[in-house]
Parts: sequence; structure tokens; C-alpha cells
Amino acid sequence: MAAKERRLILKHVDAPGYTPDISCYRKHGGYENLKKGLAMGANAIREEVKKSQLRGRGGAGFSTGMKWSFIDPAKVTKPIYLICNADESEPGTFKDRQIIHKDPHQLLEGMILSCFANGVKLAYLYIRCEFTTGWKVLEKAIAEAKAAGFLGQNILNSGYDLEIHVHRGAGAYICGEETGLIESLEGKRAYPRIKPPYFPAVLGLYMCPTIVNNVETLCNVKHIVEVGGDAFAKIGRPNNTGTRILCVSGDVVKPGYYEFACGDLTLGELIHEVCGGVRDGNRIKAVIPGGSSAKVLRAGEVYKFKQKGPDGAMVDVQMKLEDIPLDFDSLAAVGSMAGSGGIIVMDHKRDMVECLANIAGFYAHESCGQCTPCREGVLWMKKILARISEGHGRDADPELLKDVADKIAGRTICAFGEAAAWPVQSFIAKFKEEFSMRIRRNGTAAKKDIVSLIH
Amino acid sequence: MSLPLEAGTENCAGAEKGEIPADLVRKADEIVKQYPASRRSAVLPLLHLWQEQFGYIGPRGVEWISQKLELQEIQVLELVTFYPWFRQRPYGRFHFRVCRTLPCALGGAGKTFAALEKLMGVKGDPHHGALVSEDGSFSLEYAECLASCGTAPVILCNDDFYEKVDEARAAELVAACK
Amino acid sequence: MSAPVKHPMNPWNHDVAKDEEDLIDVQVDGDWVKMPRGLNVVEVAHRMKKFIPHYCYHPKLSVVGNCRMCLFEMGTPKMGPDRQPVLGKDGKPEIAWMPRPQIGCATGITPGMGIRTDSALVKDCRNGVMEFLLINHPLDCPICDQAGECKLQEYSVEYGTGGSRFVEDKVKKPKNVDLGERIVLDDERCILCSRCVRFSSELTKDNVLGFVNRGSHSTLTAYPGKSFDNDYSLNTVDICPVGALTSKDFRFQMRVWFLKETKSLCASCGTGCNVTIGSRERKVYRLTPRENESVNSRWMCDHGRLNFHYLEDQNRLQQPLLRAAGEQFPGSWVDALNRAAEGLKKVKPQEIAVVASARMTNEELFVLKRMLEELGVTQVDTVYRPGQADKFLRNADGNPNTRGAELLGISQGGRKLGSWAGEIAAGKIKALLVLGGEDVVKAGIPESALAKLEMLIASGILPNATTQASHVVLPGAGFAEKSGSMVNVHGRLQRFSRAIAAPGQAREDWMILRDLRETLTGGNSLHSIEDVWKAMAAAVPALQGLSWAKIGDQGVDLGSSKPVAVSAKP
Repeated sequence: MAAKERRLILKHVDAPGYTPDISCYRKHGGYENLKKGLAMGANAIREEVKKSQLRGRGGAGFSTGMKWSFIDPAKVTKPIYLICNADESEPGTFKDRQIIHKDPHQLLEGMILSCFANGVKLAYLYIRCEFTTGWKVLEKAIAEAKAAGFLGQNILNSGYDLEIHVHRGAGAYICGEETGLIESLEGKRAYPRIKPPYFPAVLGLYMCPTIVNNVETLCNVKHIVEVGGDAFAKIGRPNNTGTRILCVSGDVVKPGYYEFACGDLTLGELIHEVCGGVRDGNRIKAVIPGGSSAKVLRAGEVYKFKQKGPDGAMVDVQMKLEDIPLDFDSLAAVGSMAGSGGIIVMDHKRDMVECLANIAGFYAHESCGQCTPCREGVLWMKKILARISEGHGRDADPELLKDVADKIAGRTICAFGEAAAWPVQSFIAKFKEEFSMRIRRNGTAAKKDIVSLIH
Repeated sequence: MSLPLEAGTENCAGAEKGEIPADLVRKADEIVKQYPASRRSAVLPLLHLWQEQFGYIGPRGVEWISQKLELQEIQVLELVTFYPWFRQRPYGRFHFRVCRTLPCALGGAGKTFAALEKLMGVKGDPHHGALVSEDGSFSLEYAECLASCGTAPVILCNDDFYEKVDEARAAELVAACK
Repeated sequence: MSAPVKHPMNPWNHDVAKDEEDLIDVQVDGDWVKMPRGLNVVEVAHRMKKFIPHYCYHPKLSVVGNCRMCLFEMGTPKMGPDRQPVLGKDGKPEIAWMPRPQIGCATGITPGMGIRTDSALVKDCRNGVMEFLLINHPLDCPICDQAGECKLQEYSVEYGTGGSRFVEDKVKKPKNVDLGERIVLDDERCILCSRCVRFSSELTKDNVLGFVNRGSHSTLTAYPGKSFDNDYSLNTVDICPVGALTSKDFRFQMRVWFLKETKSLCASCGTGCNVTIGSRERKVYRLTPRENESVNSRWMCDHGRLNFHYLEDQNRLQQPLLRAAGEQFPGSWVDALNRAAEGLKKVKPQEIAVVASARMTNEELFVLKRMLEELGVTQVDTVYRPGQADKFLRNADGNPNTRGAELLGISQGGRKLGSWAGEIAAGKIKALLVLGGEDVVKAGIPESALAKLEMLIASGILPNATTQASHVVLPGAGFAEKSGSMVNVHGRLQRFSRAIAAPGQAREDWMILRDLRETLTGGNSLHSIEDVWKAMAAAVPALQGLSWAKIGDQGVDLGSSKPVAVSAKP
């Protein structure tokens, strides 16, 4: 029986009568935690975030407390910047959209608290330009917050100054990569930087220490200030604390966004209970559990791995697809990832070749082109898949696709290489026979009943 | 259920010659102030500003912005061609973008696109920029994930976002564009 | 090894460690060595005479790490529970190898680092990158100038798989783009390493190049209507690893494997950039910079680089000329030298003036000096020549050997020439010897004055107003046609070697002067270039203890730190 939703971040989103303006927000206790945080002091806030074990919600799941600890405001002489990554572009993900459009002040409050905690005086909100309404909503919210004294000079008479500016992107997925975002903010092509040496905590925006955090992550900071790090850590599971907003799309009856405590829910419960099951009475064939970059899971798979038991010893575990708890560690253990929380469900009527070809087209379009394996290899993979889809596949193609993907992953400047390679590696590995069959049935006859998903 | 679809800019003619509106210059100066550490950071917002005013970014746009930010022209052109939101030629007054990424593709984006193509009377290879109707009222292109996969298929018409756009809804939207 | 020098033109010098004395232990392919902390792995390998292939990395440009060719297998010391490295039997840290390869150009060494440059993982990485680089690359080798010095060719043989599995359509891009006055661009060949963009931006501070479009369609270009014309543009042709950027001057002229390479110097200004002459038979095809961190690093200006075509000017002086009945007739060397000597002997030493050149080599100037001492001629000077100074390499002194001429007591900065015009007119100077191709008409002595001279002897390589007025013309050799040494404006003594023979009967100038001296004074002690050197080193204090061999390929700083103040224009 599925656990109930725990709407911590989404508490007021879609609530009847709730509007994005500041008066509504304040009516519901908005900005009280800002007052609390200012009184606590920056060091205390950072301590609480560490204790909370909060992990980034943008896709990498990196410990927020640790990310913040890389900068010691007391020792830094250059300005410290904070950037909110509102460039939500991972296919399958649509949670930040809800927060930005429907509860922008929650984001602002979390952002202001995070800036205060890290000695930031000037922060930028990098929002994808396609969120045209969201941009206007945020600019209005910032103006409202400023007018109310929650932003700008001498916030609430604390002596703390902070300016936040909204900066619109222009249609590049790679701006979601933190150093690509920084390059874009500096007014250049969004070429991610090599690390070392350009770790944002050391050489970030304008070569100054910089923190880049996701929208949902910053909202969580507000809640951590409200209840304290220890209480926050009690939500979810150890090392997988707090809630996650899960976005479900594809072949389910009730696609949408749902917030649950980490690990409270299994994949099966999410799909069959929360989302009303697979459409038209179909069966699950494949699930991508964490945005299109995550490795695909095949229906019927049984995962075998080791896990820490209740007494601390490592025990062997076997787990079916439906039983995977939706937290970071479990999804990693089964060979995929929690990623950005975008869960795409494909039913048994879907052609895996077409699905992969569509995904490959996405990465080929979005590759920035800076480094050799991604620039050349990702477009190559797309071309091979398009050719197979058109009915001209060759027997060597599946092996070739795997080898090309293997020569991209781990060899590029940024994780886009892995993001483009993992879908190819996992689809080919898990649906081998579909690819072989498609190639064997080459020709236009093969395409007749297949819905082309490549555009 | 009428849809007040706002037409895109009609100012394309002013893009390459004539006075640059004082309002645009003023807004540009305001924007530059938001980036005290580096003028160059203002390039993306200025490109948006120019495109919103004139409908596209031609040579004068590139040159004006590069002068304002003390850059060389290639440094601005690099960005116009890197970021798909910007275009170097006028598109239709009603510019439609249809998401093609997996969840929307599963939801029927291909059918939506084909329907729009027919309704707008546009033709061409979508891999070479938007398809523009002869009378300049419509243009159509694919976009990548627009972050609303739960309500697939989704589209943008100019700055307005529409969800669950199947063939029927597509026809409604096109009809409402005057 | 002497302390590495950092050239001021370079914003980076990755080949020089921050502190060369701060040595740490690293393990490279199983061997422990001591290397300076922080030096990048590509340079560490280089110092061990190993080679890590790379495209985008360049020691003088910012590190971008985009080609991924220099991936290597990295290890770090295994740490024990006491947080100390676990030591192996050899007393050195045990290495834990990382499954994820790292780029050598951006990895500075740390104590105990393990480096594998040749493991199975590294080979696979290189195979991958080579295959990727070639899938959209055009099959242009038969028509591409880079063949023979192309890193794509070389590394595909060394590190590639030998075959291609790509059967799709290649990405098409513009070929034969007129990028600038001196450069052609082929975008299909470009591997997007960005060396040219970084060179232009970081060294010459000119952001004229950039990449448009995205992904696999990224294309190198200048802004439409703008041209890549700065005076250092051709250096990008040198550093372009493939045939994307080619020199219009050299394009399609000669296959590089036919070129003989000779170490020489640029003679177009006082900087004396070190160059390599690429020649075949009797023709020079191109000049390329030769590395010398004390002079020009790895660069040279376009002006100097292209300033050699005059050597094949069809009007070159190829035979000695003698004036008779108002016209000039070709003659033999013996006749010409005899006529010249006669003319000079007919007048008194104080009636002879010598216009030497600060383009002459030290050896030529020394033989001249000896001759003039023996003759008792004291009136000698060189011609001032302004150069077009810039912020990088070009010097305000347009002569390559002003310092040498001063050192040897030949030059007065060109101040004398002004007064000589009057003295010729007044009949006080009756004979003029003009050397090094100088045109005294341009330098302030009008033809009307020259007409008054009883004997005018000119030596040079191209005809000019002076040679046309001369009684005797002695054809000399251009810089590529002789060996010698010169001292640049910063006091560096450098040598250069002959690449091609002078045309026709033209001769190396020091030999002309040697023979003229012998004809005039009988002095024949300076018979070979070694004789010249011995005598010169003995006579000139600054050259004490030096020899041709000791100058070496990088030259010697003569210890004068003050660059010569270019003599005031007369």
C-alpha cells in the first residue's frame, strides 16, 4: 500500500486560493524563516544544512552541506556568488516549473537564506528562457520582496545586503551543467569548464568562489531552517533525507508531479497506485527513473546487490523493478540513478529502437561541441539509430553503438558524455533482441507499424 | 473559449535601419547595471531585448550589442548561433515551437507537428531552422524538452505555453491566431 | 639544464614549473622520478623523452582540455588507516589506479602520483579519440598542405585503429574560406582544438576568431566582413595541428617533405627572431619560427615571415658590373675587384667614405674593419632604418645587426651620411663604397652628388639608384644565402646558416670583402670563416672566448642588458 504524499515543498502548489504574490505567501507564514535564519547566523544555518544530509535535487544528488563547506566565507577575499539553477531541461522533469510559477517566494526565501549562510551579496537566478511566464513571476516576486525589506540593502535591519537578478537562458540544455551555466552567465558559449582546476567553489563565476544550487534544493534550505537539520534528517532514510518531487510522464494514466519522503514509495507503487497504472491496460516495458540521462530499467528485471542490514552488516538483496524504493542509494544500487526525479514510463507497445533514437536525437542537438568524444560520438550514435529506424540497420550496429558509447563515457569534460552514453549502453544491453530484430527486418515494411519518435 | 494569442513582433522592418528606440537603449543600460563585475554578462539579456523588439537578430543587432558591451562582433555572433532561441531572420508573427523529446513524442508530438504544418501551410526541412509561411503569419519548429512532460504534448506559441496539444487543440490554437 | 626562460609575450608557460627546484616523486610507467611539483603530466612525459599525444594543449596558451587526446591513467598513493601512504617493498608509496582517465595537460603532478602513458586503457582512449576525429574529417590528404607535418596523420598511424566504422554522411562545412589577407580556412578539416582562437585572443589580444553553431556543426570563423589580418596571424598556421589554416603564400607550393630545413634568423628588424628556412634546391619556400625563449619564443610576425620573396626577384644582381662609356657591362670578379681597387688607390684615404650596413653580418663587418684599418680609412657609417615597432616582437630598429655594427666600431648611427652629401659635392670625398645593398640616394646622398664621385662601388643584391650610378657593382648574397652571426637589439649574439646558394655569380659578402681587401692591401690572413672568428674574438672584448660553435642554436647573451637606444635620425 503506497505511502501518502508528503507535500513539504509543494504544500501550497495547486492549493485552492493560493496565489504567487507575497501577501498570500506571508499569510501562510512566509519569510518568518528568513527572520529566524538571520537571527541564527550564517554558521548556524550551514551547520543545520550539514546535519540535514540534504542532497542536491538537480540531478547529481551531491551533498549540499559538503558543497557549501568548500567555501569558508571567513577566509575568502573575493566576492562569493550563489546561482540558482532554474534551467530545468532534463527530459522527464517538470518540478521546478511548478515551484517557480506557483510558489516563487518559497524559492526566494530559501535562496536568500542560502545566500546569507554563505556570505553572498550578489546572486543570480538562471532561468530557462522558455519559462517566459516564470520569468515575469520571479521578477515581480523579487520586486515585492525588495519592497517588503526581505531583499536589497540592510535586510530586516540585519545589516545584510543582497541583490538577486534574474538571468534568462536561451535554449541550451548544457546550461544546466554548473560550469556551463557559469560560462553562459559570463556571456559566452556554454562550454563547461575542466575540473580541475575550475571547481566552482574556487574558480566559479568571474573566477570567484561560487555555489550553484537547484530550485528544489534551495527551497529545502528554508524548511531546514524551520525545523532544524536533525528533524529534517528524520524524513526519508539515512543519507537520503527529506522529500523528493517525482515527475511521472509517458504511458501512465495519471502523469504529473508528486512529492514523497525519500524512499517512502517504491517504483511499482508510484506507477500502479499513485499514477493510476499503465494506460489502456497495457503492461510496463521500460522505465527511465531519473531523467533521460539515467540508465533504463526493464520490466521483469531482478536486481542483485549488497546492502547494509539493520545490524550494520552487508547482506545480499534481490529486488524486482516494482520494489525499488525511490531514493538515491537504491536507484544507484540497481544500476541507474535518482537523478532529477523525472520518471518516464514506456509500455509494451512502445518500440525501444524508436525511444532510444529519440533520446539520442536530444543529446545530439544539445551537445555543446567542445570536446571530441561528445561532439563527434553523440551525433554518430544519433545517425546510426536514425539509420536503423529508417530500415537500413547493419548487424554490427548494436555492438558499434555500445562501443561508441563506451568511448564517450568517462572521457569527456563534463557529465554530458555519460548522460548521452548511458541511455545507449543501457537500452542496447537490456533490449538487445529488439535491436537485432529490427535490423533483421530491415526495409520499409519494418517501419509500417512503428510510430516514429524521431523528429 | 477564445484564446487571446498575442502576435509576435511586427517591427522586423526596423531591425536593420532607422532609429533604435530610446526605450530599448534605456532598458539595455538598466540591464548592464545588473552585472557590475562584467559587462559581457549582459549579452544574453540584450540579445533577448533586441529580438523582442525587432523579431530577430540581424547584423545591426550584433554590431550594436557588441559596441555597447565593448566586444568584437564575432563574440556576439557566436552566441546568436549557439543558443536556439535566437534567430537571424524574421519568423512568423505567430511562432510555434513543438517539443519533440521522448515524453512528448510518446504523447503524439509528431502528429501535432504534422497537423500544425498542414494548418499553417508551411513546408520544408525542420532541421534547417523554422518553417515560415509565405505570408509571414506563421512559423513552426521543433524544440527540445520544455519541462512539462506530464501534460504532453506541449508547445509554445510566441511566449505562451500550451499543454496537451493534440491535433484538435492545435487546430483551435491556429484558428485563434489573427 | 639552465633555468628555463619565460618570454614576456606569453601569458602562460606551462612548460616551466612554478618552482623548478621543488621536486617531488612520481611514478611514470613503473619508474620513480623526481619532477617539479605542479608541472603538468604532458610536460613531465616530455622531460622523460616520452610523448603523450595532444592537439589542443600548447605550452604557451591557456589549457582547455577539449581534444581529450592526452588522456592518461592516473593513480594516487594508497592511504592506510593512519592516513599515511602505504609503502611498498621499494619504500615508495603503493599506487591505487583510478578507473577514470585524466587529461595530462590539466593535471599537475602531486607527490606519489602514478602515471601510465601506455596502458591498455590509455590505448583505448587514444583509439577512441582518433576514430572520433576522423569520422567527419574530409579525405583531403592528397591535396592538403599539412600532409607530412599533420598531427592527425601522424597520430592516426601511431595511436589509431587503422580502420573506420563510420558509414553515415559526414557533416559538411565551408571549405576554402578567405579568412584573412594571408590565411585560407578549411572548416571541414578543423578539429575545433581552439588553438588559433586562443592564440589570437590571449597573445595578440585580438578576439577576431570564434566558433559559431553548436555541437558537431560548430564552425570556426571570423565575423562576416571582418578579416583575420593581424600581424601575427600566420602563427596560427604553425600551431594548427591539421590543414584547416593554411598560408596563402605557401599553399600548394611545395610538399614539406621535400624541404631542407636550415636554422637561420629573420633579418627584417632588430629583434632577430629565430627562424627555420624551408628551401628546396635554389629556392626558399617558407620561413617558420624556430623556438628561442630568449628572443621570440615560438612566434614571429607575418611581415618578417613573408619577407623573403625578394631573394627570387628576377632583377637580382647576378654578375659583377663595370661602367664603361656611360653604361654598365657584366664583367668577371677579377676585373671588377681590380677596377674597384684601382679606383680606391687613386684617392687619398681621407677622401674615401664607406656606407656599410647594419644588415651586414659581424663577419662581414669585421673583414671590412680590418680592411679599412689597413687602408687608413676612417669615414664609415651604417644607414639608419626605422622599423614598425609593436607591442610584441617587432622592434623600432629596422636593422638586424645595429649592435654588431656598433660593437665593431662601424656604425655611428647613420649620422654621418648627411654631411657626406655636402662633402662629395665639395669634392672632399672622391670615392664611396656602399655595402649591404644600401641605397644612399634614399639615405640622403642625391644622384647629382654621386655623379661627382670618381669611384662609386656598390655591393648588394637588388639594383637600386646607387647601383645604377656605380662604377663597379658587386653582387652579394641575401640572408638565406650566407652564414654569419648578428647581435640583436637586446645584445644577443646569434648565428645563422646558409640554406641556398646565391644566384648566378653572386657571392657571400664576407668573401667579397676578403677578396677586395686582398686586392687592395694584400692582406690575406682572414682566409676562412674560422680565421675571421678567431681574429674577431681576439679583437672585440665582448666576444672574448666565443667561437662559432659556442654561439649554438640559441645564441649567447653578450651581457649588455640595455637595448640599444636607436640612434637619432641624422
